[in-house]
Amino acid sequence: MSEPIFSGVPASNLPDGDAPVAESAAPAVNADADQVGEPAVVESVAAARGPLAMEAVGLGKDFHLGRGAVLHAVRNVSFGLYQGAVVALVGESGSGKSTVAKLLAGQERPTHGSITLHGKPVNLHGGHAFRQYKSQVQYVFQDPFSSLNPVHTVAYHLIRPVKLHQPGVKNVKEAVTALLEQVRLTPAGQFAPKYPHELSGGQRQRVSFARALAAQPTVLLADEPVSMLDVSIRLEMLNLLDDLRTRLALALLYITHDIASARYFADEVLVMYGGQIVERGPAEDVTQRPAHPYTQLLIASAPDPDNLGSSLKSANVGQGGAVAGKAGNVGPASAGCPFSNRCPLAVDKCRRDNPALQLLAPARAAACWRLDVAASTQ
Amino acid sequence: MSPILDISDLSVVYRTPGGDVRAVEQVNLTLSAGEVVGLCGESGSGKSTLAYGATRLLRPPALVTSGSVLYSGRRITSGGDPVDLLAMDHRELRATRWREIAIVFQSAMNALNPVLRVQDQLLDAVRAHLRMPRNEARDKAATLLDLVGIPRNRLRAYPHELSGGMRQRVMIAMALAADPEVVIMDEPTTALDVVVQRDILAQIVELKETLGFAIMFITHDLSLLLELADKIAVMYAGRLLETGAAQDFMRAPAHPYTRGLLNSFPSLHGSRRELTGIPGSPPDLRDPPPGCPFVPRCGYAVPACTAVDMTLEPVAGANGLVAAGAVPGGPAGHLTACPIVTPEVSQEGVLS
Repeated sequence: MSEPIFSGVPASNLPDGDAPVAESAAPAVNADADQVGEPAVVESVAAARGPLAMEAVGLGKDFHLGRGAVLHAVRNVSFGLYQGAVVALVGESGSGKSTVAKLLAGQERPTHGSITLHGKPVNLHGGHAFRQYKSQVQYVFQDPFSSLNPVHTVAYHLIRPVKLHQPGVKNVKEAVTALLEQVRLTPAGQFAPKYPHELSGGQRQRVSFARALAAQPTVLLADEPVSMLDVSIRLEMLNLLDDLRTRLALALLYITHDIASARYFADEVLVMYGGQIVERGPAEDVTQRPAHPYTQLLIASAPDPDNLGSSLKSANVGQGGAVAGKAGNVGPASAGCPFSNRCPLAVDKCRRDNPALQLLAPARAAACWRLDVAASTQ
Repeated sequence: MSPILDISDLSVVYRTPGGDVRAVEQVNLTLSAGEVVGLCGESGSGKSTLAYGATRLLRPPALVTSGSVLYSGRRITSGGDPVDLLAMDHRELRATRWREIAIVFQSAMNALNPVLRVQDQLLDAVRAHLRMPRNEARDKAATLLDLVGIPRNRLRAYPHELSGGMRQRVMIAMALAADPEVVIMDEPTTALDVVVQRDILAQIVELKETLGFAIMFITHDLSLLLELADKIAVMYAGRLLETGAAQDFMRAPAHPYTRGLLNSFPSLHGSRRELTGIPGSPPDLRDPPPGCPFVPRCGYAVPACTAVDMTLEPVAGANGLVAAGAVPGGPAGHLTACPIVTPEVSQEGVLS
């Protein structure tokens, strides 16, 4: 896992570069300023696929780092998940995308905002309500090598959630077989008694899918489900997820840092940076005509085989590196737009005021003061 | 140009109670000075074993069973005959390691010692291989950090205080401590996100241009190599399936496995189309199938494929002729182990 679990503070958000670690004045670690303007209400293209399953409104999460410092890991995030639709959350490590998923999964409590599931506000008090919620909303972890228990068989991993979440089921063995067949681990009888170490990475991830499906969820939160797998089997996994969400009408949140796979797979793409959604819209639109400078950087950075002998080949190193050169050394800006300290287009206003999402089209929005300039650089 | 590192006929096995796992099988690969050679394959394909086997870094139960690794760095041979790394004694190896051939190890997250400051770890590498006084070594460590664009005041930082990208840069700085001629990079950017990854790759290319070392770049991401590498070798189940220039791979991928890989990553451009990946999983290397190891997953396989001897042969171009320079073992040729790659078939697989 790339993100430490102890506080949800991603490594790349820690003060880096010239900033000394933890100054005594204890400023906020990332942008403190509230967004200027009301965030636009965006129609989701994912809504065309099916009814609303889950909705987050103005979601925010603060982590207290001690000595008065606060990390605003997620701020003012609103979006909906629809039955049978894939919404992709794209961003670098530390952008808050996993925290959003944890909030939706009920593993963390939001500091601000609310979550509704099938129209009812989510209130996770009490074991029974929590368990019911969990059987509706399931989580698939990134690393199939550490998310399965090495001392238990595949069958064990599936029998437990079946018994927990489907108490009426008489023939558990049959249910397990059906699950394994659903994720195409066939013949099921051969895979059920195996231990995780006997399986390949792809097979292990299939088991985690099956485990999540054992609860018969309506919402599936997939946190980088393929990034630990070999390139040659990633596609198979994405196609399997795609098939499952169509057949079972799952509302799927797909978290990734690979924007190309989001284009391939998702209906709507939300781009996160510094805990905020900086751009959202139909997958094809966002990837072909990125409006926000960060999305533009993300797309320019993706390895592109068509880009043979590109910026990476010696001659052009300088220019491509100019923007990206600071990446990894700087976290989000502490005031104004979180991207302002890396943005080539930033002006004083960007460093002062944090922009809210502005509507570009009914289903398209971006949070940037310089959208007109950014559009012309494309 | 004569190669600086010439791996020929290298085979490595892992001795296990269940039989030998043939992790690397008769691999030939050359690396010329200042060149970036990309070695691509999925996990378990033997790409790391190949690199570590060639540099004598493997311990039992791994065993190099055949082959030679000829190194012709200027400091060691001073223009004379190349030396065989596999035949070196302990003292010679010590002189070669890090000063001639350095390695950026996989997963910088874990390769740095969490309880030592960055400075001490750099000093360790410098003093172990260069024998310089302590204060000089300290200057050297600071210069190394400059080289990779990390502020000097981070010398006293512990690894956990650095971001993933910075830790990776420290690993690269460490590899460059003794000004090596060959740097082996084992998945240096795999755990990083795309923006940082690109940033680090640009830095690697820049350093390569200024310092002039050759790179063997190991990764599972072929799309990365197409942009970065001069020459690419695709490895599968311990065998090389195809080697050639990056352009060859783009223009006319020969081996069905390579084509499968090229069809495995969604593109940001062009039409959105259904992609398939490569169904199935690699064979068990304790008992590899005869002939081509890819046969069970190959859509083009014919019965003759199980009898192929897996030597790399030149790929015929669109006109049915073999391109000039494409001789077996030649430096720039487009070679493949697949016997059924006829001009018609190879045209089919060309990506738009």
